[in-house]
Amino acid sequence: MMRNRFLVGIVSAAVVGGAWLAMDSVMAQQAQAYRAPRTPDGKPNLNGIWQTMNTANWNIEAHPAGPSPVRELGASGAVPGGLGVVEGGEIPYLPEARKKRQENYANRLKLDPEIKCYLPGVPRSTYQGMPFQIIQSTKHIMLVHEFAGAVRTVYLTDQTEAPADSWMGWSNGRWEGETLVVDTKGFNDLSWFDRAGNFHSDALHVVERFTPRSAETINYEVTIEDPKVFSRPWKMSMPLYKHVERNAQILEFRCVEFVEDLLYGHLRKQPAK
Amino acid sequence: MRHRSRSFLRGSAVALALALAATISIAGQSQSPAKPTTAKAAPANAAAGKAYKPPRTPDGQPDLQGFWTNSTYVPLQRPNGVTKEIYTPEEAEAAIKAAAARESEQTEPGTTADVHYDFTQFGLDRSQSTFARNLRTSLIVDPPDGKIPPVNATGQKRQQERAAARKAAGGQYDAVENMPIGSRCIIMGGAGPPMMNAGYNANYQIVQAPGYVMILTEMIHDVRVIPLDGRAQPPSGVKQWVGLSRGRWEGDTLVVETTNFNGKNAFQGSSENLKVTERFTRTADDSISYRFTVEDPQTWDRPWTAEAPLAKTEGPIFEFACHETNYGIANILAGARADEKKAAEQKKGSN
Repeated sequence: MMRNRFLVGIVSAAVVGGAWLAMDSVMAQQAQAYRAPRTPDGKPNLNGIWQTMNTANWNIEAHPAGPSPVRELGASGAVPGGLGVVEGGEIPYLPEARKKRQENYANRLKLDPEIKCYLPGVPRSTYQGMPFQIIQSTKHIMLVHEFAGAVRTVYLTDQTEAPADSWMGWSNGRWEGETLVVDTKGFNDLSWFDRAGNFHSDALHVVERFTPRSAETINYEVTIEDPKVFSRPWKMSMPLYKHVERNAQILEFRCVEFVEDLLYGHLRKQPAK
Repeated sequence: MRHRSRSFLRGSAVALALALAATISIAGQSQSPAKPTTAKAAPANAAAGKAYKPPRTPDGQPDLQGFWTNSTYVPLQRPNGVTKEIYTPEEAEAAIKAAAARESEQTEPGTTADVHYDFTQFGLDRSQSTFARNLRTSLIVDPPDGKIPPVNATGQKRQQERAAARKAAGGQYDAVENMPIGSRCIIMGGAGPPMMNAGYNANYQIVQAPGYVMILTEMIHDVRVIPLDGRAQPPSGVKQWVGLSRGRWEGDTLVVETTNFNGKNAFQGSSENLKVTERFTRTADDSISYRFTVEDPQTWDRPWTAEAPLAKTEGPIFEFACHETNYGIANILAGARADEKKAAEQKKGSN
């Protein structure tokens, strides 16, 4: 290990002539060098219950702490600050789309699909804050989310185009060495990326890369492409953390019941006056 | 192509679900002469399957994976007037034809059901998709009479209390909470456990990983992840609509025990103390024997058991987003409020 690091350092330093860059490449190489335990069919084993540990669901861009959007929740509903998960810091919105994002933010209590218990879309389902379980088989990999019972099937074989648009899209996957690459299209334009109104159109194309970086962490990188909303493709990245509790389990979060009064309460029969 | 158009249908229509609930019950009551069907059914789950050795997953579990359906024309309870337990193949065929004819008749021009959707045209009739064949006259195999045991005094008392609570809550269209849970897209009746055929879209996907079996139910994308590691049942206070399932392999049979139900999606009037034991055994490349036993001393004085085979079907399963486009609830409630307003105005006008 020491000798490898030393060698890589020397080679990199010789090529680029800078000690800092050499250190960067050493770290990158170390992350890449991790070889995950294998499933019985020889693939990197991603099975487990995973969760993110960040504030991306509040806002995927960097943001300071702020008050709760719901007055009654006080500090318990307040927004924690976060450094953001968007590579390069800012989402490259087209000008019109940026305006829409601001409108979404201003009206987020009325418009955020999460509040209505709608399926979260991708990649929001990954970092929404609740755990999800990867069930990895040879033909299919299932991503089973606690929130709203959202589920994705990743087709490793029998791949087809999306038969129609949907909330969670249509996912085809492949293995590239240590990395599971999931290519998802066929989205509707109804889900958001976060509670801050960041959004996409039905032209969304998401490519996710799941690369194990240790026994209990995965590097999760996402490329977002949507020419109707963004001026160029852009990336998010964050680690996923594994639940190591022996009794960890995805529980039921059947939230329709929790939002019915919010959605339909105004249509309740009023007592006769 | 037909499959594709069906997929579109699945994703969208909650109003359809409401219509279906209405038409299915109407269809169940109607009588009509048998019509030929183009049934594409899986072979009978015969005793010949005994010598069958199921394939294995890479980690050595018997392999149950793939897309399956428990769609069937066999009723849960033996019909009145039928005394035998097993039909001859000819009798079974005749029963299927009669049931299929009733199903396609529900949208015949000029009938009440015809104002809704044409099931036959949209490929929703069971006979137009794979369904599981079974020579039994009822899914229930025990008690031997093929009927659900009588509800005991505790169960009857609870049913009366539930009925009284419903009555006290007002009319069905007074508030969303009074409407059926399937129409509200919370959970479909039959999602289980036990897994009962859903009338349409009765499709499942099974995926296995070391230590887990996952069962996806197409209707409202219900997922059960069943741990196989022998972990203890969760605390009794953690109750769920679908309960909590624990599984184990007994030879080539997957045995799944489920408790911790919240009682809000009662199975045939069960209480929240229901315990369901399911047994999945692959009996051929294209069939799984599925047997379940329900125990609930607060409802029935004895356990009862049914067998509802799963037949291999064509995938994939498309997303069933139900709640997201549930215009039916808002429209029905708004309609009821508009009717009340109109009635109040008429009353005022006549005074």
